[in-house]
Amino acid sequence: MSHGYLSPTGVEIAFVLVGLVTLGSGLLVVTVKNLVYAALWLIVCMGSIAVEYLLLSAELLAWIQVLIYGGAVIVLFLFGLMLTRAPIGPTEELNVRNRWPAAIVGLGAAGTLVTVVVQAYQHTWFDPRGAVSLGSAQALGGQLFKYWVLPFEVLSVLLLAALVGAIVLSRRGGALGAQAPNEEAEA
Amino acid sequence: MHAVYPLVLGALLFAIGLYGVLARRSAIAVLMAIELLLNAVTLNLVSFGAILRDQYGMGQIFTLFIITIAAAETGLGLAIVLLLYRQRATSDLGEQRELAEPVEPYDSDELLAVDEVEAGAAR
Repeated sequence: MSHGYLSPTGVEIAFVLVGLVTLGSGLLVVTVKNLVYAALWLIVCMGSIAVEYLLLSAELLAWIQVLIYGGAVIVLFLFGLMLTRAPIGPTEELNVRNRWPAAIVGLGAAGTLVTVVVQAYQHTWFDPRGAVSLGSAQALGGQLFKYWVLPFEVLSVLLLAALVGAIVLSRRGGALGAQAPNEEAEA
Repeated sequence: MHAVYPLVLGALLFAIGLYGVLARRSAIAVLMAIELLLNAVTLNLVSFGAILRDQYGMGQIFTLFIITIAAAETGLGLAIVLLLYRQRATSDLGEQRELAEPVEPYDSDELLAVDEVEAGAAR
């Protein structure tokens, strides 16, 4: 089987097209002036990344990505926007006044990473179809509970800690709230 | 599939997230950019998992772990932002300067005194 840049396979074409959607929506997430639109573009970005997972034959991860990022995390963000009474309309204060250093750092990181990756993996090809058996729920669950049981259990404890921490942080009138003298004025 | 396609996509997405973290002032927008950073890393992990195919399935399992940690991080981060908003009535990161070093410009005679002290120490 011959490989070449000039004769891309169907998977490659689909990957590049969905990748353009990912990059475009990602760029909109960090540049758009309306915070709610940024959160909604984040859904598009996460959904297209889920499609990329499917093209890389990670089917279970694709659905988990849709469920957790496209659903739970975005809803969290929208709730956060609502509860902080963030401006719904377009605002100028969303970005720092001087954006050139950030753009330079971003472009520098992009240039460096792309150069290194292209230099290192120029001659590597792989068949995503061959990895389909690795991404199924059965294979992933088998590996998770055969080799990664301890990290899995530690993660459940971490989730519990995060849950308790979030409750303690957002409780009104608790030990932390007592230190805020102007809290009652805001509430 | 050529290995460069998914890896370059991950690198570019990481750069976009980096720009967003640095350029945004609203704390919630910064959290969104951090999600982009994490997704760039997980995309790289999944593509390396498809390229290398080790028997432990590290790429996809680690992606699963990172998604879990990212969800916990977002919940905690938003709780902190809400607390910040309740105490300061703003979630603008540019306004939070309480821990910053106070900026006190020296007067010219003070600078002169510092110079003299340093010159005396050198002597």
